[in-house]
Amino acid sequence: MTKPIGSAATTQQPAYSARDTLARLLVRWEWLLVVLIIAVAVLNTRLSPFFLRTNNLLRTTSDFMEIGIMMLPMVFIIVTGNIDLSIASTLGLSASFMGWLHIMGVNIWLAATAALLVGALAGLLNGVLIARLRLPALVVTLGTFSFYRGLAYALLGDQAARGYPPAFTSLGQGTLGRTRIPVALLIFVLLALAFGLVLNRMTFGRYLYVIGNNEEASRFSGVPTVRIKIAMYVLSGLMAALAGLILAARFGSTRPDIGTGLELTVITVTVLGGISIFGGSGTMIGAILALLLIGILRFGMGLVNIQGQVQDIVIGSLLILSILLPRLAGQLSAIRSWRGATLGKIGLALLVTVLFGWFFFWSRTLIPAK
Amino acid sequence: MGKMDMAPRLRAGLLQAVIKFREAGILVFIVALAAVVTLRTPAFLTLDNFRDILLNISILVIVALAQSMVIITRGVDLSVGSIIGLTAMMVSFVVVAFPALPGPVAMVLGMLLGMVLGSFNGVLISFGGVPPIIATLGTLSIYRGLVFWYSRGTWVNASQLPPGFRQLAKGSVLLLPNIILGAIIVVAAVYYFLRYTRTGRDIYTVGSNPDAARFAGIRVQRVIFLVYMLSGLLCGLAGVLWASRFEAAQTNTAAGFELQTVAASVVGGVNIFGGSGSVLGVVLGAFLLGTIQNALTLVGISPFWQLAAQGLLILLAVIVDSAILRRLQRFASGAQRV
Repeated sequence: MTKPIGSAATTQQPAYSARDTLARLLVRWEWLLVVLIIAVAVLNTRLSPFFLRTNNLLRTTSDFMEIGIMMLPMVFIIVTGNIDLSIASTLGLSASFMGWLHIMGVNIWLAATAALLVGALAGLLNGVLIARLRLPALVVTLGTFSFYRGLAYALLGDQAARGYPPAFTSLGQGTLGRTRIPVALLIFVLLALAFGLVLNRMTFGRYLYVIGNNEEASRFSGVPTVRIKIAMYVLSGLMAALAGLILAARFGSTRPDIGTGLELTVITVTVLGGISIFGGSGTMIGAILALLLIGILRFGMGLVNIQGQVQDIVIGSLLILSILLPRLAGQLSAIRSWRGATLGKIGLALLVTVLFGWFFFWSRTLIPAK
Repeated sequence: MGKMDMAPRLRAGLLQAVIKFREAGILVFIVALAAVVTLRTPAFLTLDNFRDILLNISILVIVALAQSMVIITRGVDLSVGSIIGLTAMMVSFVVVAFPALPGPVAMVLGMLLGMVLGSFNGVLISFGGVPPIIATLGTLSIYRGLVFWYSRGTWVNASQLPPGFRQLAKGSVLLLPNIILGAIIVVAAVYYFLRYTRTGRDIYTVGSNPDAARFAGIRVQRVIFLVYMLSGLLCGLAGVLWASRFEAAQTNTAAGFELQTVAASVVGGVNIFGGSGSVLGVVLGAFLLGTIQNALTLVGISPFWQLAAQGLLILLAVIVDSAILRRLQRFASGAQRV
């Protein structure tokens, strides 16, 4: 993407400046996430005495490892100012391909390796279209979002692949030796270390920031932008495939709709972690902290029996607030006068909100719960 | 891109050429597709089947036009599916409780509710400065969550909905089904709005160059707010039509519809970087998507392949687009040198 989506509203200032100013005040964005995590953890312990049990905490992590694994390359991609909407579909395609091979009677480890290869190829296609043909990442990955998921359906149709051997399902369900550490958690931690090191310590990682800040300038300074962008999409496909294997192993079966909608969670976590959607800034630590925050937040809401879909209200609000709040101070001070028209608009907005809220709760009672 | 920025006028001209070419291109593609399918299944080229395709794409056309207006301002509205789902559910609750409510009132109610939800997006994006993709990604989750909270996980089915409400989409005026008539009215209104009103032209200006628009005295924030509000309004209308046509409101109504609307816009030649796109193109884009779906079913290709075909079509559309644009650019710069 040469021009980020939505720059119309924000062309006056670079996207990261408002947050950076606040970040300087708060020392860092990451500290805010740490404070939030501690607050949610304290709240959770109050809600349930079982929260702090090591067993519970460790078991909960396995619900987020697929998201975490896909988040790592997503950090790379968003740092360069690009996006990948197709990861959940790649996950579905790879897992379905493995399931299809399994039904055909192919050895499960061979099938899993082939699935990883399919994931990498899916990423390669994205990368070539985006980097080589210079097509907008949003449209390309929107297209492959449908295409890859469609292929998953074409492979499995309405059937499900099941009956994976225990050695394979331990990838998603098992723990490490005699300890209680889930295998998936270990895989994530190792990968996170690797991705973090690449981003912070290696030329490849530093180039990602350079591309995100000014792709044209980086190309003229000899950064191999095309190769780097293709590589990061291949990584994204590969990690999506790995997440697909772990998810299939955890469920013990594969349906073609496996992992539908996960791309939104992954992007939410990444942006919440302080990675600017316009590229050029953000840290791996921030993304991992955001993953932790979403994880324990969902766990806590589960403890008080809030439905998964209703939890999305909180997660969605958190995503918007994380961008809105740091900007709000600047936006408010940009209002020149506080008289007349401005107050009128604010009053109208409040009135509409109250009316809508009233209508929402009133009409909700019109049909009693079944 | 550098050359294009230096010559915005040339760029606009090229885009115009691509759009013209695109509209003709889609038509050719549709005719070719129709010819091939008709050879295999004569049932394709009948008035009844044509009516079926139109019925199936009516709602898509309405929402794709809303999506296009947003994309023209360099934005994107990912929350359209959730707004449709929420308004469909809320209006269904109301008409079940008040069966005597006239259909048009239900439609106005849906549009008002959608307008509020769209305005919320608009406030976040234009006044709050939240990037569109983030704001609408957030409200996609929030509004969908509200559907669950509102309905307590239940749904409204056909037997609960009053016949008058179901007739809203099913009925017809002079042989023309209401839902197609509704889509035609929306197409005409949006066409007039984008082409002949000052605000409509401002939408293009804001999209092609926000800074220049600001210097030209256009209230950019207000225009951006407006497109999201209009998007919500049209989604509210679509929500009512959806509930009436499918005679149900479910918690997952229109989930994933945002992608189809973006697909119809992009296939129809709306530039994802903003500034250009035509109503005719979007209608043709939606029609092409509908025709392909219809053709795949008639030819007997498994419905499981339809999603893959749709994805492939989006990819083809952008690849062909960029190839033509690049060719034209080279041609134009070559001509200049001479």
